[in-house]
Formats: sequence, C-alpha cells, structure tokens
Amino acid sequence: MTELTEEKTTGEVWTQGFIKGMTEEGESLSEINPESGPLGGAAAKAHSHGGDSHGGGVGVPDSSRAGRLTSYKLADFPVITGREEEWRFTPLKRMRGLDRVGVKGQELNGPAPLVEVNKPDGVTVETVGREDSRIGSAGIPEDRVAAAAWENFAEATVVTLPAEFVGNSENVTTLTLTGQGEIPAASHIVVHAKKFATGVVVLDHRGTAVLSENVEILVEDGANLTVVSIQDWNDDAVHASAQHIKVGRDAKVKHVVINLGGNLLRTTPAARYSGTGAEVEMYGLYFADAGQHLEQRLFVDHSTKNCKSRVTYKGALQGENAHAVWIGDVLIRKQAEGTDTYEMNRNLILTKGARADSVPNLEIETGMIEGAGHASATGRFDDEQLFYLQARGIDEESARRLVVRGFLNEVIQQIKVPALEERLRETVERELEATAL
Amino acid sequence: MSTLEIKDLHVSIETEQGVKAILKGVSLTINTGETHAIMGPNGSGKSTLAATIAGHPRYTVDSGSITLDGEDVLQMSVDQRARAGLFLAMQYPVEIPGVTMTNFLRTAKTAIDGEAPKLRTWTKDVKAAMAKLRIEPEFAERNVNEGFSGGEKKRHEILQLELLHPKFAILDETDSGLDVDALKIVSEGVNRSIETGGLGTVLITHYTRILRYIKPDFVHVFVDGAIAEQGGPELADRLEEEGYDRYQVAETASA
Ligand SMILES: Nc1ncnc2c1ncn2[C@@H]1O[C@H](COP(=O)(O)OP(=O)(O)OP(=O)(O)O)[C@@H](O)[C@H]1O
Ligand SMILES: [Mg+2]
Repeated sequence: MTELTEEKTTGEVWTQGFIKGMTEEGESLSEINPESGPLGGAAAKAHSHGGDSHGGGVGVPDSSRAGRLTSYKLADFPVITGREEEWRFTPLKRMRGLDRVGVKGQELNGPAPLVEVNKPDGVTVETVGREDSRIGSAGIPEDRVAAAAWENFAEATVVTLPAEFVGNSENVTTLTLTGQGEIPAASHIVVHAKKFATGVVVLDHRGTAVLSENVEILVEDGANLTVVSIQDWNDDAVHASAQHIKVGRDAKVKHVVINLGGNLLRTTPAARYSGTGAEVEMYGLYFADAGQHLEQRLFVDHSTKNCKSRVTYKGALQGENAHAVWIGDVLIRKQAEGTDTYEMNRNLILTKGARADSVPNLEIETGMIEGAGHASATGRFDDEQLFYLQARGIDEESARRLVVRGFLNEVIQQIKVPALEERLRETVERELEATAL
Repeated sequence: MSTLEIKDLHVSIETEQGVKAILKGVSLTINTGETHAIMGPNGSGKSTLAATIAGHPRYTVDSGSITLDGEDVLQMSVDQRARAGLFLAMQYPVEIPGVTMTNFLRTAKTAIDGEAPKLRTWTKDVKAAMAKLRIEPEFAERNVNEGFSGGEKKRHEILQLELLHPKFAILDETDSGLDVDALKIVSEGVNRSIETGGLGTVLITHYTRILRYIKPDFVHVFVDGAIAEQGGPELADRLEEEGYDRYQVAETASA
C-alpha cells in the first residue's frame, strides 16, 4: 500500500516574488508556508511512479477512498458537521440547507431546473419517473447531500445515444438546465451511451438555483462519449453535483467540468471501470471571482486491468475571498494491473485575497502498473513569462492577459467542440475584463 | 545611424545573503551596423548586462547610464525598450503554455509596430522566415517554447529577431547548445539582420566558433563585472588559446 497525499493551501502566494512551477510541468509545487522554501518561496516537488517501484498492497486503511460509505439512503449517512475529510473545505453556512436535508424539517422539494433540449436525430431525451430501471445504473451516492438528492428527485431526464450512434462535435446534444429559484431542489440526469456510440452531451446549468443533483454517465463497451457540464449560474446560486461515471470495456469517456458562475459550487465527479482497456479523461476549468467558493473533488477508481486515466484541472482566481478547492483522489486497486494514470491541478492566483487548496491523493495497491503520477501547483504570475513577453514589446497588462488566456486555454483546447470552445474563450475574456490585473 | 551607449554601469541584485554587486563600471558604445563580441568566464556578469539593458526587474542599476540615441533607456519599461528597438535573445527562453507561436508573434509584431501587420503579407513573411531557419511549419501552432529542444528555442529567438526588426540585438549565448548545422543556420539569420537591417549586435559567447560565421568588429573581455580588455577579432583567437588566466581569474568548469 502506497499512499501519497500532498496538501497545498495557498493564501500567501501573492507575497512571493515568482513561482517557477508555473512553467515546469509536474516540477513544482508551492508550499503551505511559501516564505520558508528555496527559490524565494517556491518549492518544487512532484511524483511519478513507475510500475516497478512499488510493492503489493497490504490492506486498505480507514482513510482510504475505497472505504468510503456509499448508499442510496439519506439515513445511512451521519449528519454533516464540517469536520469530515470531504466537507472540511466547504462553507456549510452557505449551502442554504442542502447539507441539512432531513434535519429540523429541512426539505428538498423545490422545483427542479427546467430542461430544454437541443439534440440531433437518433438521440433520445426522455423524462421518466423514479422507478425507471436505468436509474442507478451508473452510480451510487457517496455523501449525504447526493443521497438526499437521490431520495428527493421527482423525475429524471434520460439521454440515450443508441448503439453505434455516430456523433461528433457538430451534432452535440445540449440540455439547458435553468434554475427555478431559491427553494432547495433535487434533480437527476442519466446520460447513456450504448455500445459503440460516439457523441457529445452538454449540460448547461444557468439561472438561479439551490440545487442538489446526481448525474449518471453510463458508457457501454466500445463507446466514446464526451460530457461537458457547465455551471454558469447567477451569482447567488448554490449547486452540489455528484457525477457518477461508469465506463465499459474498451470505452472512452471525456468528462469536462466548467465552473464559472454561482456562489458555491461543489462538483464531485467519480469514475469507475466495469471492463478492461477503458480510458477516462477528466478536464476541469474554473474561474473564481470575489466571494465565490468553487470546489471540485474527483475520484478515479481503478478496479480493472489495463485502464487509463488522465486528469487535468486548471483554475484562475481573482478578488477578495475567491476560493477554489481541488481534491484529486485516484485509487489503483490490487487487481488493477497495467493501470496508467496521471492527474494534474494548476491554479493561477491573479489578485490578492484569493485562495486555492489543492490536494492530489494517489493510493496504489499494486506495483504491476504502467505508471502513476500527479502534480499540483498554485502560483501567481510567473515574472519570467511576463518579462519574456514584455521584452517583445507587449505591454504588461496585455502580457498578463495573454498568460491567463494561455493558461486556461490549455483546458479549452482539449474540449474539441469548436462552438463551445469559442463560448468559453469569450467567457474568459469577460472575466478578464472585469478586473485590472 | 543609431547609438546604444552604456556608461560606467553599476548593477547589483538582492540575494538571500544581501545585496551583491555584479556589474562594476561597464562602458560600451555600439552603433548600428557594428558587431561586438563579449567573452568572459562564467559568472562574470555577461547575462546581467544583457538583462539590465532589456530591463529585467531583478537587477538594480546603482549608477551609470544607458542611452539610445540620447534617450534614457533606464527610464523605460521593458516593453518600451523593445518598442524603442532593443532586442534580447535570451540564454534560456521561457515557455508560455497555451499561447501559440502564431498568436505570440502577431501580438509582438503589433506591439512593436504600433499597428497590426497586414494579414496576408504577415503570414507569408512568417512562413518564409521559418523556412529560412529550417523551422518546421508545425511549430506555428505549438505553444511558445513549450517542449522545444534547446536548439529549437534558439532558432525561434532568431526568428523573432528577423520578424521584429530591432535596431540593436543582444544575443546571450545564442550559440550554446547548437550543433554545427544549427549554428550555421542561426548565424545566417543574424547576418541577414545585420546586412539588410543594419542591426547593431552584441554577441555574448564562450566560444570563437560562432565568430567564424558572424564576424565581430570588436571583442570585449568581460571579467568580474567589467571590461578587462578590448580589441579586434584577433583578441578572440588569443582568448581561445590562452583562456582567461592572464586576467587572473580561474574559469569555472561549467561553460
Ligand atoms: N538571481 C540571482 N541570485 C543570486 N546570484 C545571481 C543571480 N543572478 C545572477 N547572480 C550572480 O551574478 C553573477 C553574474 O551572473 P551572470 O549570469 O550575469 O553571469 P554570466 O557571465 O552570464 O555567466 P555564464 O557564462 O555562466 O552565463 C554570478 O555570480 C551569479 O551567480
Ligand atoms: Mg550568462
């Protein structure tokens, strides 16, 4: 059993001269106490683990991600105190009741977001009741908030890409999910790609909501599915979204989380493999402004042989009390020989007063793997990058914008849906105009 | 003709151990069309001089002056210096993730010229300049310096030199890490800028081999933060044979 956890809490980056790590992939991490490190405060650390360097597993400790409780029943989960590992970064007071469902009469019965559908021929989108057999096919709640949503949703939306459906970046299925107000609500979505289907599904969240949501993403054998979940709510929104991904044999899924608007967003994607030879790519992009709490916690559970996962999350933060949290749990179980995984998180802090927490957590129970690695870095502008651009005549303000754009563009480039990429670039542009960097 | 004039320049940096003086009175005058080679042992302050001319914030000018045709360069920001016609080819060019070469070159050209280049001729110019430097077209869509080999980075510095047409270029060890073919290609690029653009060039190097391709008019020996001797091209040959011993410094091995 090898466990590697690194925690980075970065509120003080602003006082540093510069952080080298922003340029050196997997090379550098800032430290909790940035004043004490070399390089005037930036420290470097990264891990990469070859298949030969780690011995076999010796059981799973309590703290292991594998040991976490899963249940469809709210009552199975103890009431949240805020001290739990998975809640310690979340400002519960701002959850507006989503965390207290079932306590002192707190209900979760507000109207679910309105669903508007835009889809190509062949793809079906249905509204179904709770008893529909497809519900529960890809996921099971792992925390009390998700369990509350599971118990309380009234109807589910099921998107189906039929077997061998040929989708591409032009014939995207989009569900526009418009929040219906401030009464705490539950919702449920199932995205189902049948055997050998390919395609792109976008979940576009907007409006005002206090919402707890489960999204099940079922990718059957040989399918190749992209799911993009955009959270661009109004400023007051609170949204907890548990996204359960299950990938079949030789299937591929690309999961993209875009967290932009809302007061508190907590997105928890979990990927599980039901067959061998599958590949999961997870991308995330977030832009936290003053007062926003954007939390993304992901889990990749390698339980089958010869599967691959790649995780890339990048975020920019600006303004007083902008807070981003990234937790990346990757578990390679004893039987998951031949696993190849790498996860990476980068945060760019643009102004004073913003804070990013970044915790990669890699548990390895077998030495028979292809590779496993992680990297995390949080920093502000790299002075050397700015100097280079300015030395080519570009003024400081434009140079900063170019660097931020480039930084986030690394994720946007990966979506490969031109219309969506365009929209996200414009959104980044708007965010950048909102502040003098 | 333009003149870049450095007079009695004293520069220091702040380190964890306190303030450290690096340049201790450097004077150097460069006219457009001239090529000056600066040679000197490791740590003598060559890169410091280059970075100070370009305006790197890490270096503090304690006294002395740098002027470009009489204008006070030290009062200018880094980007103003570039727009005034100064170009620094860096010893270690920086990677900029997510920013493509195409985007970078166009943005820089627009900044230097004060207006966007005409799209059609610009694209053609870039392609032609890349071809001359034997840079594969794919590099246009790659992120600035990201994953480039040492030699590829140096070629791209010269690509920028050729596209931005500065009055003065300071080439900080552009020759190091290049094989003979790459050295020739890069030297040809510099020579094109000298011949057609009347570039004033400061060539910082450890080796005389680049001086076989780019002929210096003057050679300056840099020792412990100051110019210890100057002369013509013959001085470079003598340095290659004798090293820096007679300037009473032990050269460190890492060159
Ligand atoms: N950021 C820094 N921190 C500490 N010392 C520095 C820093 N930058 C430069 N120096 C010191 O200043 C001196 C001059 O360095 P500089 O890089 O200018 O030398 P150089 O002549 O270019 O050497 P080389 O031939 O190795 O490139 C050296 O002693 C170097 O260690
Ligand atoms: Mg140097």
